[in-house]
Amino acid sequence: MINQKVFFQGIKSLKGSRSPAIPLAACFIALGALLKDAGFNLQQSAASSLFTYALPGQLVMAESLLVGASLVNIFIAVWLVNFRLYPMTVSLFPLLEHKSQPKWKYYLSCHFLAVTSWLIAKDGYKKIDKRHRIDFWIGIGIGTWSTAIVMTMVGYLTADYLNKDMLIGLAIVNPVYFFCMMIGAMKNLSISLAVVVGTILGPLIYLVSAEWALLFAGLIGGTVAFLFGEKNGK
Amino acid sequence: MESNQIIILAIITTSLATFISRFMGALTSEKVSVNSKIFQWFNCVAYSTLAALLGRMIIFPAGVLADSYLLIRILVLVICIIIFIVTKKNLVLPTIVSAILLSILNSI
Repeated sequence: MINQKVFFQGIKSLKGSRSPAIPLAACFIALGALLKDAGFNLQQSAASSLFTYALPGQLVMAESLLVGASLVNIFIAVWLVNFRLYPMTVSLFPLLEHKSQPKWKYYLSCHFLAVTSWLIAKDGYKKIDKRHRIDFWIGIGIGTWSTAIVMTMVGYLTADYLNKDMLIGLAIVNPVYFFCMMIGAMKNLSISLAVVVGTILGPLIYLVSAEWALLFAGLIGGTVAFLFGEKNGK
Repeated sequence: MESNQIIILAIITTSLATFISRFMGALTSEKVSVNSKIFQWFNCVAYSTLAALLGRMIIFPAGVLADSYLLIRILVLVICIIIFIVTKKNLVLPTIVSAILLSILNSI
């Protein structure tokens, strides 16, 4: 059903000099500590990473709860911040598509889609035979997802031993990792332009509308980069 | 409502709001061919949205990171990117350095 060799190749992406394990651990430990602060118990913290597994959305949830926002408000705020997962899925899943593979694999494994797993898959899919790419993806997904859940619990349990400077240190690890991965991915003109314009527009539009910033910045930056790439032969 | 129930409802709400985008993405993917222009466009939008999120995380962070100075965050980021490039794309080193560097600089 699942090609084991390729599946374990996916899990093994957690090892080595390009391992995402440290940034994943750092940010989910910080999240675990934050959730404890927000009044969650251990099971609830683990469940949050198990069922949501998208850090920015979980941060929005925790902060909304702390200020007493309604469930409708939480839904809209989380949807807006996590809407990025839609274009991310559409720019990854067609690469993993193969007629011989059953659809349920795609429908279930889309839950593993997060920035970390996406960047790893984009970086490594070419090495894998088209037939088994979805199994490679499931391997990456299980590896990163389970790391996130365990580390959320570690963060919850060690929260009392972490002082503020340590938590701040942990919180920077993830953006640094993502930035490095993205710079590594800037291999053609349109992607490079998309990254540069997005980085500038994101904070800029945030000043006007905090909630819509990501959506608009991504749409404008992506479209500009696409059109420019088309005109200049990528 | 009891706070425990609110938390459970918030987890369900957050998970649903997140899964919708992933699942819609999986459905759309069935109709998108790798060689099409629309795929290229989605690819650019995905990278740009991600970059926008990262830019925001550094300039206007949420959570504890907001208690550090902007200039220090940018300094740490630049140093770590240089380490990443110099070490021929090693990712473990810059990520470890980033945590230690920011903790130290922020406590001074």
